[in-house]
Amino acid sequence: MRHSLREAFKRVGSFFRKDQLDQELNEEMASHLQMVVEENMRRHMTAEEARRQALVRFGGVQQALERHRESRGLPWLDVLMQDLRFTFRTLRRDAGFTIVAVLILALGIGANIAVFSVVNTILLRPLPFRDPQQLVRIVQKNPKAGESSRTYSADATQDFQQQNHSFQSVSGYFAFTGPDNFKLVGTAQPVPVTGILVAEGFFQTLGVEPSLGRLFRPEEFVKHSQPVALLSYPFWKRQLGGDRSIIGKAINLSNTSVIVVGVLPDTFDFGSVFSPGAKVDLFAPYIMDDFRDDGNDLALVGRLKQGVSLAEAQGEADQLFPQLYFEHKHPEYGKGYTGQLTGLKEYVSGKLRRSLIVLWCAVGLILLIVCVNLSNLLLARAAARIKEFAMRRALGARRGRLVRQLLTESLILAAVGAVLGLGLAYVILSYLAHQGSIALPLLTMVRVDGTVLEWTLLIAVGSAVLFGPAPGLRMSGGNLQEVLKDGGASGGRSHNRMRSTLVITEIALACVLLVGAGLLLRSFLRVLDIDLGFQPSRAGAISVDYDDGGNAAKRAAIWQEIVRQSSMIPGVEAAGISDKPMSRNRSWGIAAKGEEKRDDLGYLPVFVYIVSPGYLKAMGMRLMEGRDISWEDASNNRSVVIINETVARKLWSGQDPIGRIALTGGTEAQVIGVIADVRESSAEDNAGAQIDKCVYHTFALDPEIHRNAPTKPRIAFLKTKKCQHRPGRNRPGSFLAGLLFKSFR
Amino acid sequence: MGQSKLDLMQGTLDVMVLQTLEAMGPQHGYGVARRIEQVSGNEVLLNQGTIYASLVRLQQRGWIAAKWGTSDHNRKAKFYSITKSGQKQLVQDTAYWQRLAGVMGRVLAMQGEGDER
Repeated sequence: MRHSLREAFKRVGSFFRKDQLDQELNEEMASHLQMVVEENMRRHMTAEEARRQALVRFGGVQQALERHRESRGLPWLDVLMQDLRFTFRTLRRDAGFTIVAVLILALGIGANIAVFSVVNTILLRPLPFRDPQQLVRIVQKNPKAGESSRTYSADATQDFQQQNHSFQSVSGYFAFTGPDNFKLVGTAQPVPVTGILVAEGFFQTLGVEPSLGRLFRPEEFVKHSQPVALLSYPFWKRQLGGDRSIIGKAINLSNTSVIVVGVLPDTFDFGSVFSPGAKVDLFAPYIMDDFRDDGNDLALVGRLKQGVSLAEAQGEADQLFPQLYFEHKHPEYGKGYTGQLTGLKEYVSGKLRRSLIVLWCAVGLILLIVCVNLSNLLLARAAARIKEFAMRRALGARRGRLVRQLLTESLILAAVGAVLGLGLAYVILSYLAHQGSIALPLLTMVRVDGTVLEWTLLIAVGSAVLFGPAPGLRMSGGNLQEVLKDGGASGGRSHNRMRSTLVITEIALACVLLVGAGLLLRSFLRVLDIDLGFQPSRAGAISVDYDDGGNAAKRAAIWQEIVRQSSMIPGVEAAGISDKPMSRNRSWGIAAKGEEKRDDLGYLPVFVYIVSPGYLKAMGMRLMEGRDISWEDASNNRSVVIINETVARKLWSGQDPIGRIALTGGTEAQVIGVIADVRESSAEDNAGAQIDKCVYHTFALDPEIHRNAPTKPRIAFLKTKKCQHRPGRNRPGSFLAGLLFKSFR
Repeated sequence: MGQSKLDLMQGTLDVMVLQTLEAMGPQHGYGVARRIEQVSGNEVLLNQGTIYASLVRLQQRGWIAAKWGTSDHNRKAKFYSITKSGQKQLVQDTAYWQRLAGVMGRVLAMQGEGDER
């Protein structure tokens, strides 16, 4: 087969030396003919006759040249080049049509590429971990109120780790981390950073290897061991300038000296998998002994053993979890967990599957409409070109040749459209990937990759084949003579039928799309329409850091000063402080005093916010009854709470809750106000009524304040008068300088 | 209809060209064409121009080589000669054609000898 390879090679070579080879052949044929003529003349023919005979025997110089070209070069490529040249010429002549067609295609194809990239990342591509199909997320069944009912206590986690036989390893992370829970203290201003506590073996379970340094060692998960941290790659690049010598050195985190043991790889993005929209800067060990008394706070992830199916593991989990105690120290708290095992990939993207597929179909429909539209445009153009094609057929072009020409045209249009579309998709995607406010999982990993390029090629060729040949089918029929005589009338009926079909198709597709989009928009509007109970559009948030030395009176003074100065910023209408952004929920119980032992009522699980005076106003929450917390409550350490309507209805139905004593956070507190229900977690989550039970404390009540630095109250909420006056822009004085402004929704 | 010339079957011209070059040594295109006409007793329908498609094909497969030279009558012409691998190919092709011709001969000579006689 060596000679066929050699021949192919030579053919390609000949393709590029066409002129030279033609020239040589012409010379060769000329000398051939000359020899024949001379020979004939030697046979006493007249010069004229000799030449005629020679040409007869030779049989057509042009045909010989054609045959020579066919057997030496790449005839199909010749035809293609010819078609391409012709197409470019006609398209240039018809610039208006070309621009419109390419733009329509670019929009259709671009939308498809963008959506496919997202679908590819979220649904199709495996998670960026080793053997991701083995990874399982373990969550309690039927979660009732926020994270507390989805997570596990340190003791339960340890018991499950020891007793299960299905998992290679089980680990987890602390689920109650708010953003900016540490501050990085360096030479310059302190920087807020987000750190997540991870249990032993977390990275090993996921199969993440550090790009620098090492992972945590078992001895670092023991109480009073040297504090250590692993840095995320972007944080290391941004804050530490990618300094490789940082490994083994100490950094100052919230006034604690922490040794950096390693840097995680660029590919590991904790937020995009476990907490969409969040950015995590560093990781520290979750030391079990520090959290034994804290209840449920670990979100669990496990890696299945080789050959163990999810169902088998689920079976074992159903046996094990009900036997696990909440806390070993207090067996009287009881036992009985549940565990729902979900593949991590499924857990991350499962909820989105349906909406993404709907979106995928919608952009597919758009592309179909684009194709139908283009078919129509091409048909209109075909009417003008009908004579040209009739002429070509009369000159001997076969039907296939004409269709081929038309396909080349549509392929060129589609190709240019696809290139523009790729550019468009690239712009859209890089915008999306840097959009922190869109809480889609894995969004930061969305990009145009090989699969996406293949998809682009597929839809470009597909659409070209769809819209291209329509006019060809139409034109190749019909009576040549009549067309040549006068292009106008012939085939009018079939032409019309085809156009009607296209128009009907297009309207049908558009209707489907319109109805679909309408439905989507309706449910979206319904979400927007919900009375949130507060006004997110004009609220802003600043993360504040301060040192009160654990002194309540001092803290009250600091808070009052923060609120006073914040209120003075031009454009700020009201200011207040809370300990957590609204999306992070802590759930406690609350009970009416005297009723706490009742089985049917007892302690109600609620979300608790520690707030300063002015917070409710800053958030735009509506006080229905009673009064707001005052600075006197704060400085006098008076225990007061404000509850929302749902809590009031549950605990004191039919009675006036104001002035009543509630048991919560381990102490008694007087109810001083009732506010309208607030939907803070997610406007869609209204199915679980538990979400709506909220209680607002004075900070005097917060037992965490003294113990746990990361959760001390430090978020100031501002209400602005006008949207364009963003509070961070013109901050007065040194007091607020260096604070981080975060847009809040 | 016995008067009309034979149409050349696909691939036969290449073998003829190879054999001609093997037998006669280096030749220009006209020489090859004329020789084939002579040998076939003018029974083959050959437009002399078609010889060039065959020549370039054989050349690209490396079975013949070409060189510009001067003819007997002092005319510039391209001379073709068979190469080593061309000779090898010719041996194969010859065997193939002879087998085919033999088979065709036998099949066409077949008579109703198996009939009830």
